[in-house]
Amino acid sequence: MISFCLNGVWKQELDVDPSMTLLRYLRTVQGLTGTKEGCASGDCGACTVLLGYAPDGGDGEWTYESANSCITLLSQLNGKAILTVEALADGSDLHPAQKAMVECHASQCGFCTPGFVMSLAGLHHQTSVEGKKKADRQEIVEALAGNLCRCTGYRPIVDAGEKMLSMPDNHVDIWCPPAKNASAEVNSPSATEGTSFPYVPKTEKELQGLLAQDPNIRLVAGATDLSLEVTQQFKSLGNTAYLGDIASLRTITETDQSYEIGAAVTYTQLEPLLEKHYPEFGGLLKRLGSRQIRNQGTLGGNIGNASPIGDTPPVLLALGAEVQLVNGQGEERWLPLEKFFIGYKQTELQPGEYIRRIRIPKLGEEESLKVYKISKRLEDDISAVLMAVWTKHDQTTIKDIRVAFGGMAAIPARAPNVEVALRGNALSQQTFERAGEQVKNDFAPLTDVRASREYRLQVAANLLQKCGWELMSPGQLNRIENIHGDFSGEGKAHA
Amino acid sequence: MRKLVDTPELRRVRPVKGRVGQNSEHESAVKHVTGKAQYVDDLPEIQGVLHTAVGGSAYPHARIVSMDLSRVLSAPGVVDVITAGDVPGHLDIGPVFPGDPVLVERECEYIGQPIFAVAATSFEAAKQAVKLARIEYEELPAVLDVSDGLKDEFFVRPPHSQISGDADSAIQAAPFRLSGRQYVKGQEHFYLEGQASMVVPTEDGGMMVYTSSQHPTEVQKLVAEVLGLSINQVQVEVRRMGGGFGGKETQAAPVACIASILASRTGRPVKYRMSRQDDMVMTGKRHDFLNSYEVGFDESGRILGTRINVSGKCGNSPDLSDAIVDRAMFHACNAYFLGEANVTGYRCKTHTVSNTAFRGFGGPQGMMIGEQMVEDIAYHLGIDPLEVRKQNLFGKDERNTTHYGQLVEDLMLGEMMSQLEDESDYQARRKDIIAFNQTSPFLKKGLALTPVMFGISFTVQHLNQAGALLHIYTDGSLHLNHGGTEMGQGLFTKVAQVVAEEFQVDLDRIAVSATRTDKVPNTSPTAASSGSDLNGMAARDACLTIKARLLEFAAGHYGVNEDQVRFENNHVVITGSSQADESGELWVSFADFVQLAYMNRISLSSTGFYKTPKIHYDRETGKGRPFFYYANGAAVSEVIVDTLTGEYKVLRVDILHDVGSSLNPAIDIGQIEGGFVQGMGWLTTEELQWDDAGHLISNSPANYKIPTAGDIPEDFRVTLVNNHPNPEATIYRSKAVGEPPFMLAISVWSAIRNAVASLADYRYAPPLDPPATPERVLSAVTATRQHLAQQKAKIEEGAK
Repeated sequence: MISFCLNGVWKQELDVDPSMTLLRYLRTVQGLTGTKEGCASGDCGACTVLLGYAPDGGDGEWTYESANSCITLLSQLNGKAILTVEALADGSDLHPAQKAMVECHASQCGFCTPGFVMSLAGLHHQTSVEGKKKADRQEIVEALAGNLCRCTGYRPIVDAGEKMLSMPDNHVDIWCPPAKNASAEVNSPSATEGTSFPYVPKTEKELQGLLAQDPNIRLVAGATDLSLEVTQQFKSLGNTAYLGDIASLRTITETDQSYEIGAAVTYTQLEPLLEKHYPEFGGLLKRLGSRQIRNQGTLGGNIGNASPIGDTPPVLLALGAEVQLVNGQGEERWLPLEKFFIGYKQTELQPGEYIRRIRIPKLGEEESLKVYKISKRLEDDISAVLMAVWTKHDQTTIKDIRVAFGGMAAIPARAPNVEVALRGNALSQQTFERAGEQVKNDFAPLTDVRASREYRLQVAANLLQKCGWELMSPGQLNRIENIHGDFSGEGKAHA
Repeated sequence: MRKLVDTPELRRVRPVKGRVGQNSEHESAVKHVTGKAQYVDDLPEIQGVLHTAVGGSAYPHARIVSMDLSRVLSAPGVVDVITAGDVPGHLDIGPVFPGDPVLVERECEYIGQPIFAVAATSFEAAKQAVKLARIEYEELPAVLDVSDGLKDEFFVRPPHSQISGDADSAIQAAPFRLSGRQYVKGQEHFYLEGQASMVVPTEDGGMMVYTSSQHPTEVQKLVAEVLGLSINQVQVEVRRMGGGFGGKETQAAPVACIASILASRTGRPVKYRMSRQDDMVMTGKRHDFLNSYEVGFDESGRILGTRINVSGKCGNSPDLSDAIVDRAMFHACNAYFLGEANVTGYRCKTHTVSNTAFRGFGGPQGMMIGEQMVEDIAYHLGIDPLEVRKQNLFGKDERNTTHYGQLVEDLMLGEMMSQLEDESDYQARRKDIIAFNQTSPFLKKGLALTPVMFGISFTVQHLNQAGALLHIYTDGSLHLNHGGTEMGQGLFTKVAQVVAEEFQVDLDRIAVSATRTDKVPNTSPTAASSGSDLNGMAARDACLTIKARLLEFAAGHYGVNEDQVRFENNHVVITGSSQADESGELWVSFADFVQLAYMNRISLSSTGFYKTPKIHYDRETGKGRPFFYYANGAAVSEVIVDTLTGEYKVLRVDILHDVGSSLNPAIDIGQIEGGFVQGMGWLTTEELQWDDAGHLISNSPANYKIPTAGDIPEDFRVTLVNNHPNPEATIYRSKAVGEPPFMLAISVWSAIRNAVASLADYRYAPPLDPPATPERVLSAVTATRQHLAQQKAKIEEGAK
C-alpha cells in the first residue's frame, strides 16, 4: 500500500501498478486535469507538481520541491505530500504566483501555465521559508528552466516571478499536511503471483532481501530515465524497489580524503556541497536537466544508467571517483569508476547488485577541476560533448592531469593520449593546442541528432585550448553560460 | 415578465472597463492559472469512451504487400481496428487538393503515415496493441531531399513565377554581381497541447466533435465526407487550443476523422490524443526551403536586378504548400525593392510528412533569402549591412512597387528604422562592439538591425470572410460567438473588447464561449494573422445591426431623433427627451434599456459578416494586390559568440513594431515577444533532423530544443509605434500582429553572422544556414578563417 497526502487529504492506494505514473493517476484516477501532459518525458514541465517531504523526526515544516509528475512513479510517493495547481488558490483568492501571472499577462494558450504556476509557487514557498521577499532574476529563470512555453516568450512569466515574491501567500494551510491517521492504515498486501508489485524498502537490509529473492527487480531511484520505458515505449516495469526511502542511501559523509555520496542522493541535495568544494561541478549541475529533474534525479542513477552522454560520469572520472557496489547477500566491493563502465549502457553491476555510494576525492593543494558542457541549448539539454579536466599544476607546469569526456565514445571515458600530451609539460597555450591534436587519436565519435562527428572532434580540441587559456588566466569570465546582463568585456560581468 | 432583479451596481454610471485599446487580461487568464481551463483531453470522459492509437508506415516510400492485424485486434482492451477499406465515405481528406488519404490504401509516402487505427479501452492499451501489427512492405525508391525533388521536377504543384521587368539583363548590366544560396530548415510547431479530438456519436447518426483545431469548419466538412454524411449532421466545437501556430490548421482534421470513423463503427465516444512523439513524427511542420539568388547592384549597394528561386520541401502531398510557397515568393523581397526581378517558386515533393502552415506561412523562409542577399552585398562592399538595408527600402515616390505589382503605400519602415537606430543607440554600440572584437581573443560580439514588412490577408481570396453571432439578454448581459478560434493569441478578448466598445458596456458583461459550427457556419481558419481583422469586423457588424434597431426603438420610444441617443458609461443616454432631467439628458442603464426594448419586441440577436475589400491576385500574370495592407516592424539584436565552441547568447534586443491603433497593447506585446522568441528558436536551437532512411530523429523535446526562459535576452525592450492608425479601414484602425513579429528574429541570425564576420574585418559574408546551432556557428567560424588564410596566401603569392 502506498499512502500520500494529495492536496491536503491523505489517500491510500492498495493496488498500485509499479508502472503507474503520478500524472496518469492525477488525471485519470483523481480527475485532477489541471496538471497537463505536454511530452510525458520530463522535458516540458506542463505536468509540474510540488512534492512535500515530511520533516526529519516528524517536527517542523514540510519541505517542497517541484517535480515532473509525468515521470514520477506513484510508488515513489509513500508518506509524501503532493500539491497540484487545484490546491493553490483559496476560493477566488489566488496564490501570489497565480495572481502575478494574471497581472503580468503571462498566460496565452494556458496549457503550460499550471506547470509554470507550480514551479513559481515552489520558489515562492522556498523564498518565504527563507524569509526573502526578492530573488535574483537568474534564480527565477533557473526555477523555470524546466518549463517550456511556446507562446509568451517568457518575459512576462519571469516578471510574474519577480512580482509574486512581494505578495504574501494567504492560503498557508495547504503546505502543512494534517497528521496521518495511522489506525486507518491497511496492512500492505504482499505480491500476488502474476501481478507486479512496487516495493518500498526502508533499509538496505530489506533491499538486500528483495534483491536476493529477485535479482532482476527494477531499482527505482529518481525514475527520470526509467519512467520513459513506461511513458514512451509503453512497457511495464514489473516488480520495482524504490531506493529513495532508504536513509543510508541518501546521506553524504565527509572523510579526511573524500566525500562519500549515497547513491540515492539527488542533484538538488548535492548542489551546496559541489558549489562549495567543486565550483565547476556545481556550475554543471545548474545545466543538468531542470530544477524538476534535479529534485528527482540521483547521482547513483546517473552512473548506473551508464549513458555515454550522462553529465556527471566524465566529471567523476576526472576526479578519480570510486563506486561501492553491494549485493543481495550484503557483500560489498569498491571499484574505480573507470572500471565500472564496460560498454554501451553496460556496467560492472551484476544482477542483484546495487550502488551504495560514490566516493569523490577532495581537491588538494594545486589541484583544480574544470568542466565544460556543449549542447544546442544552454539549459535543460543533453550534452553533445562534455569535458572534465582535473589538474595538479603550478604556474609553470602541469604536474598531473586527468581528462574525461562524455559524448565522444560508447561510454564516458578518459582521453589517454590527450593526458600524455599534457602531463608533466609546461602550462602553456601551446601544450593545450598540442593536446587538442590528440583528441582524434583517443576518440572516434558518432554523428547523431545532437552533433556531428566532426564537430565533436573539433570542439573537444578547442575546449582543451580554452581550458589552457583559463588555467593560465584564472578569474576571467569567458563562458557564454556565465554571461548575464550587460557584458562589456572579458573579465567583467555586471549582474 | 417579472422585472429585473434590482442590481444597483448595474445601474451605476461607471466608466467602461475593457474598451478597445485597454490592457484587458486574457478572458481565460484566471482559468489558466488555476488549472480550470479545459482542453480536449480534460473534458469529462463519457462512460464507454475509447482511446485511439495509429499504426504508421515503417518506410518513406513503400507498397503494402500484406497486413496481419489479428494480434492487434486480440490484444487486451482492443475494441476495434480499422484500415482504409473500413472508411465508409470519402478516403481523401486533402484540404485544398487531393493527396491525403485518411488511412493508406496501398502506397505509403512517409514514415509514420497512418495505415491502421485502433480503438481500445485505455490510451496505454491502444498504444501497446499498435506494436503488434505485422505489415510486409515492398520498398520503393524514396526522394528525401528537396534538391532531389527539384532536380527531377518532382513537384506536388506546378512552379509559379512573379516577373517584373527583365531581371537577367538588369543583373548583367549592373556594376556588381553576386549570387548565393541558403538552405533554411523547417520547424516543429511544438504547441504544448498535442493534437486531440473527442468524438461523440449523436442520436441522429451524426457526430459531435470536440477538437483542438484552428479550422472547425474544415474538420466538420472532412468528418462528414469520410463518414458519408451531410455537413449538417456533424458539429464541431473548439473552446480553446493549447497553442496552434498553424499546426492545427489542417493537421487537426485527420485526428478527428480517424476518431469519427471509430466512433461511427463502435457507436461509442472515441478520443484520439496523439502522444508527443507521434505528434512530432506524424504531423506536418514548417517547410524547409532551398533558396538562391543572383543580384546586380551599384557601388552604394543599391539593387538593380534580382533573380530569386525558392523551393519548398512540401512532403508527400500538396496540403497548403501552393499558398505557402506563394507567400515565400511574396516576401522574398521583405521590405526591399528588387529592381527588375524574377521570383520563382517550386513546390518539391518528398517522401516525408507533408509540411504545413506555421506562423508566417512561408513568408519567413522567403524573407531569409532577401535578408541574406542584402547582407552579402554589404559584406562584399565592406559597408554596414544596415546602410544597405536602408538604401534598398521601398521608396515613397519611386521604387515603390513589389515584384508582384502591389504598390507599397504608407511605407513607414524608413522612419521606424531611424527611430530604432536612435533609441537603441545603434551607432555607438556598433563602435564599441568593433573595438571589443579587436581585443577580445575568442569572444566576439555582433549587432544587426533588420526590418519586417509582412502582407496581411489570406492570399486565397475567398478565405477573407468571417461571421459572428451576438445575443443580448434581458438583463443586459451579452453573448458573443464568431468564427475565430482561441489558441492563446487573445482573439476572444480582443473581439469582446470590440463589442464592449460598440455598446460602451463593461467587458465582463460579455460572455464568450466555444467556437461552434452550429453557431457560426462556413468559417475560415483562424490563420494568416487575420483573426481580429476578420472576426472583429464581423462582430462589429452584428453590433451595428442591433444598435440600429435599438436606436430606432429609442428614438420612437422617447420621441427624439436617433442622433440624440448614445451609448455611454454602461448606459443609454437620451438627450432632449421629455423625460430628461434639468441637464437635458436621460440616463437609462443598459440593462433597463435592453429590457425595455425586449418588452417592445425588438430583436436582440444578430449575425454579423465581413469580407476584406480591395484584394485580388492573378496567378496567371503573377500580379495583383494580394494584401489589404502591410504590418511593419524592426528589431536590433546584439549577441556574443564563442568562436572556440560556436556557443552564443543574445544580450539585448530592441523592437519597434507597428500594430496600428492597438486593440489591446498588452496582448499585442505578448504576440510580439512570443513571436520573436519562437522565431529565434527557429533560427538558432531548433533543428529538425532526419536520418538517411527517412526517420525523423529530432522526435522529442529531449532532442528538439525550443527556447527556454534562459535563452531570452535579459535586456528585451519592445515598443509599439505610436499614433499611427492603420490608413486602411480595419477594425478600429488596428493591424494584425500574429505572424509579423516572428520574422523580427532574423536580426538574431544576422547578429550572429555579424559577430563571425568580425573575424574577417566584416569583408566576408560567413556561410550560416539556419538554424545557427553552436555547431553551425563554429563551422561558419572555420569557413571564415579558411577564407582569411586563402586571402593571405593570395597576397603572399602576389608579393612573390
